[in-house]
Amino acid sequence: MPKLTVEDLKNLREGLRDKMNIRSGEAKAKVIVHMSTCGIAAGARDILKAFMDEIENRGITDILVTTSSCAGLCSKEPMITVLYQNQPPVKYVELTPQKVKKIFEEHLLNGNIVKEFALASGSETTA
Amino acid sequence: MQTDISKVDEIVMRYGRRKENLLAMLLDCQEEFYYLPKEALEEISKQTGTPFVKVLHAATFFRAFSLKPVGKYPIHVCMGTACHVKGAPRLLEAFERELQIKKGETTKDNLFSIETVNCLGCCGLAPVVTVGKDVHGKLRQANVSRIIKKYRSREGSDA
Amino acid sequence: MAYRSHILLCSGTGCVSCGAFTLKETLKTELQKRNLQDEIQVVTTGCQGFCAEGPIMIVQPDGIFYCQVKPSDVPTIVEEHFIKGRPVKKLLYTGAAKATPIPALKDIPFFAKQQLVVLRNRGLVDPDKIEDYIAVDGYSALSKALTEMKPEAIIAEIKRSGLRGRGGGGFPAGIKWETCRKAYLQRNVEPVVICNADEGDPGAYMDRSIIESDPHAVLEGMAIAAYAIGAKEGFIYIRHEYPLARQRLLNAIEQAKEYGLLGENILNTNFSFNIEIVQGAGAFVCGESTALMASLEGEVGEPRAKYIHTVEYGYKNRPSNLNNVETYANVPLIILRGSDWFASMGTGDPRENPWNGSSGTKVFSLVGKVNNTGLIEVPMGISLREIIFDIGGGIPKGKKFKAVQTGGPSGGCLPESKLDMPVDFDSLTEAGSMMGSGGMIVMDEETCMVDVARYFISFLTEESCGKCTPCREGLRTMLDILNRICEGKGKEEDIAFLEEMGEVMQDCCLCALGTSAPNPVLSTIEYFKNEYLEHIKNHKCPGGVCKELITYVIDKNKCDGCHACTKVCSSNAIKGEAKKLHSIDTTKCIKCGACIEVCTKDAIYKE
Ligand SMILES: Cc1cc2nc3c(=O)[nH]c(=O)nc-3n(C[C@H](O)[C@H](O)[C@H](O)COP(=O)(O)O)c2cc1C
Ligand code: FES
Repeated sequence: MPKLTVEDLKNLREGLRDKMNIRSGEAKAKVIVHMSTCGIAAGARDILKAFMDEIENRGITDILVTTSSCAGLCSKEPMITVLYQNQPPVKYVELTPQKVKKIFEEHLLNGNIVKEFALASGSETTA
Repeated sequence: MQTDISKVDEIVMRYGRRKENLLAMLLDCQEEFYYLPKEALEEISKQTGTPFVKVLHAATFFRAFSLKPVGKYPIHVCMGTACHVKGAPRLLEAFERELQIKKGETTKDNLFSIETVNCLGCCGLAPVVTVGKDVHGKLRQANVSRIIKKYRSREGSDA
Repeated sequence: MAYRSHILLCSGTGCVSCGAFTLKETLKTELQKRNLQDEIQVVTTGCQGFCAEGPIMIVQPDGIFYCQVKPSDVPTIVEEHFIKGRPVKKLLYTGAAKATPIPALKDIPFFAKQQLVVLRNRGLVDPDKIEDYIAVDGYSALSKALTEMKPEAIIAEIKRSGLRGRGGGGFPAGIKWETCRKAYLQRNVEPVVICNADEGDPGAYMDRSIIESDPHAVLEGMAIAAYAIGAKEGFIYIRHEYPLARQRLLNAIEQAKEYGLLGENILNTNFSFNIEIVQGAGAFVCGESTALMASLEGEVGEPRAKYIHTVEYGYKNRPSNLNNVETYANVPLIILRGSDWFASMGTGDPRENPWNGSSGTKVFSLVGKVNNTGLIEVPMGISLREIIFDIGGGIPKGKKFKAVQTGGPSGGCLPESKLDMPVDFDSLTEAGSMMGSGGMIVMDEETCMVDVARYFISFLTEESCGKCTPCREGLRTMLDILNRICEGKGKEEDIAFLEEMGEVMQDCCLCALGTSAPNPVLSTIEYFKNEYLEHIKNHKCPGGVCKELITYVIDKNKCDGCHACTKVCSSNAIKGEAKKLHSIDTTKCIKCGACIEVCTKDAIYKE
C-alpha cells in the first residue's frame, strides 16, 4: 500500500463513499451485526453465523453481511441493522438464530420488514 | 507442576529484556501459565536485572496476577457497581456454595476457581460472570448449578 | 451564537447516495455568497426515514420539508426562502405521508434524546476497516490540521471550543496542550502524548465502547494533539480486561501505518508520529496520572505528589499530555467543524474562557435498576430526569427511584430532589458528586444506601496503593464503621465520626483517589441520613439488603404453593405441601434470596 498524500486521501474518500452505499454498489441489501464485548456476550456471534449460513446455503451474492460496533441499547442485544435498497435502516433486537431465518426470508430476500422483531427504522441523530 | 522456563525466556525476549515492560511480561506469563510461578518471577528478575522484590511487588500489586495456580475454568464474578446493585454479592455466594470453595480458592479437581473482578465492561448485562473466556450475563442464582454442570459435562465427554 | 434558522440536511445512507454531501457544500457556498453564514446554520442529521425522496432538507424553526433537492435548486431556495421568506412550493413534500409499519427511531425516547458526536459512527462503520472510517470523513481533520493550521492555531481552536477533559476532572484540554507545548519549547525535551484507556470505574464502559466502535477517531485525535504539542511518540494505556478493544486498536494502528496516516512523514508532510499500546493489569489507581506514568515506566503504579505537574515533568521526566479516550475522540470533529459548532452544544459560552460552562456532549453508561440499560451520548446540560426516565425508560417492575450514582468511586449518590439538575461538570460537583468518566448507576427502593457507601469504601480500601497514611488508614477505619452499621451494631456518634474522617481525608491525602474517596459516604449521609439512622436506632434496613437486619417472609395471600422456591432453596428452609401455603424456617434460612428470584407470584418479601 503506497503512503497517502493529502490529495490521495481526498480522492480515496470520494471513491469509498460511493462504495459504501448500497445503491451504487452491487448489493441490494446489507446486514450489520452489532458486535462489541456486550453484544458478543449476548450471543452476536451466533447471529452472525446464522446469516453467513443462510447466504452460503442459498448461494446468494447480492446481500452483504458486515459487522460493526454496539448500537448502545445493551439490554436488547443481540441487535442488527438491515439496510435494504430505498428503505430507511431497520434495527432488529433480541435476536435468536430462529428469528434470523425469518428476517432473512422476509426482509432480506423480499424487502418486507418483520414487524414483530423490529425495534424501529431510521438512524440516530448525529450533531 | 514443572514450570517451562523456556516459555519464560521467550516472553522476556519478546520485550527485548526491557525493564519498562515488566508489566507486559508478567501479563504474558499469567496468560501462559494461568498464574505466576515463582520460577518465572525469578527468571524475569534475573534476565531484566530487576530486583526480585520489585518483581514480586508488581506481581502482588495488580489484580490481574495470581501467585497460586487457578482452575481450568477460572470463574470471575463481577463486583462492579452495576452488578453489585443487581445482586452480585449473593451470586458470588451461590457459586461458593455450589463449588464448596471460597473466593480465591480452587476446587480439588483443579477445574474451577473463583475470583472477583471490578467491572468487565458489560454492565448493561449485569450481573455478569465469566467462566474461562465465556461471558454469562443477566445471571440468576437459579442458573448457577446448570452452568457448572455444563462445564463439568464438557470435561466428562473429553475424558 | 443564536442562528435565525437551521437547515437540517439528512445524511443517512440513502440521502448521501443521492448527493447530500455535494448539496451541503453548495448550500454553504451560497449562504456565504449572500453573507448569511452567521444567521443560518447547516446541520447534517441522521436518516429521516424518507430515503426514497432524498436528498431531504428540513428548515427549522418552521419545520418546512423539502425533498429531492438538487444543487441547482440551492440558489432559488436561499433567495426565496431565506431572503424573501417564501418557501419554494415546487420542492415542498406533497405526497401523502406514507405510514411506516414500524416506529421511527427518532420517535423512540431512548434514541430521540441522544445526540451523537463521539459515537456518530457507532453501528455504521466497521471498526476493523480503515476504509469505512475514511469514507465518513475520517482523517480529513488530521489532513486539515497538518496542511492548513499551525500548532498554535489548533491549540487556540481547542481552547475556544471549551472541550473539557472527559476522564473525570474536567480540565480544559486546550489549556493542558498549551502548557505542555510551552514546557517542550522551554526545555527542549521531546514531549509525549498519552491516552488514558484504563477505565477503572466499576460500572462504566464508555471508553471501551468508543474504542470498539471507532478506534481510528481516537488515533486521529491523538495525532492532532501530538502535532499541536510537538510530540512524535504516543501511548495508549488500556486495561487488560478489554481484549477486544485492544485488538481493534492494534489493528487500527497497523492499517493507519499502511496508509501513511501514522508513522513517518504522515500524509507526506514532515510530521511523524507513532503510537504504542501498553496494557494495565487491573489497578484502579493506575488511572491516576502520576501512577499511570509510573506504570508506563515499568514501575508499580503508585502516585506521587503533584507539586510538579506531569504536563511538565511526566513520563521519564518528559512533558506529557494525558487525556482520556473520549477527550481525544472529540478532537477531529472540532478541527473539522470549528469551535463555534462545538461551543454551541451544551451549557455556557466557553469561547472566551474554557472554564465557562460545559460544551459538547457526554457519553454515559446508563446501568443498574433502569429499563433501558446501555451506552448513551447526550448534550451537556440535559437533566438527570430526562436521562433516567426518557432515555432509560424508568425503573423496572414499577419500583420507586431512590438514587443515581455518578462519578464512580470518587462520585456521589444524588436523590430524587436533584433529578432536575442539569448534567454538567460544575452542577454535579456542586451537588456533592462529580461527572467522573461517565458511569451512571440507577438505584431503586430495594437498594440500601449504607450498603452502597460500604461497597465503594471496600472497593477503595482494596485499591488504595497504601503509600499515604490518611488514605490507607482512613479507608480502613471507615470500612470498619460501615460494616458495623450494616450489621446493626452502629452507634449514633458514628455518623459524625465518618463526616470528620471524610474531611481529614479530603485535606490530607496524596492523590485524588484519597481526597475523593469520602464522597460516596458524605453524599449518602447528606441525602440519606435517615437510612443510616434506621440501621443504627431501629436495626432495620429499609432497602432490605443488609442480611443481619432482615428476615424473609411468605405472604399468606399470594403464595399458591407452586414449589418453585423449595426447589432452589439450598438450605432446605422452605417447607410446605404442593398447592398449599409454604413457610420459611428462619433458623435455617441463609438469606440468599434465590427464592425471591424464582417466585412468580411475588409472594416472598423481606422485613
Ligand atoms: C484514582 C483515579 C483513577 C482515575 N482513573 C481514570 C480512568 O480510568 N480513566 C481516565 O480517563 N481518567 C482517570 N482518572 C483521571 C486522570 O487522572 C486524568 O485526570 C485524566 O485521564 C486526564 O484526561 P482528561 O483531561 O482528558 O480527562 C483517574 C484519576 C484518579 C485520581
Ligand atoms: S459492573 Fe459488572 S460488568 Fe460492569
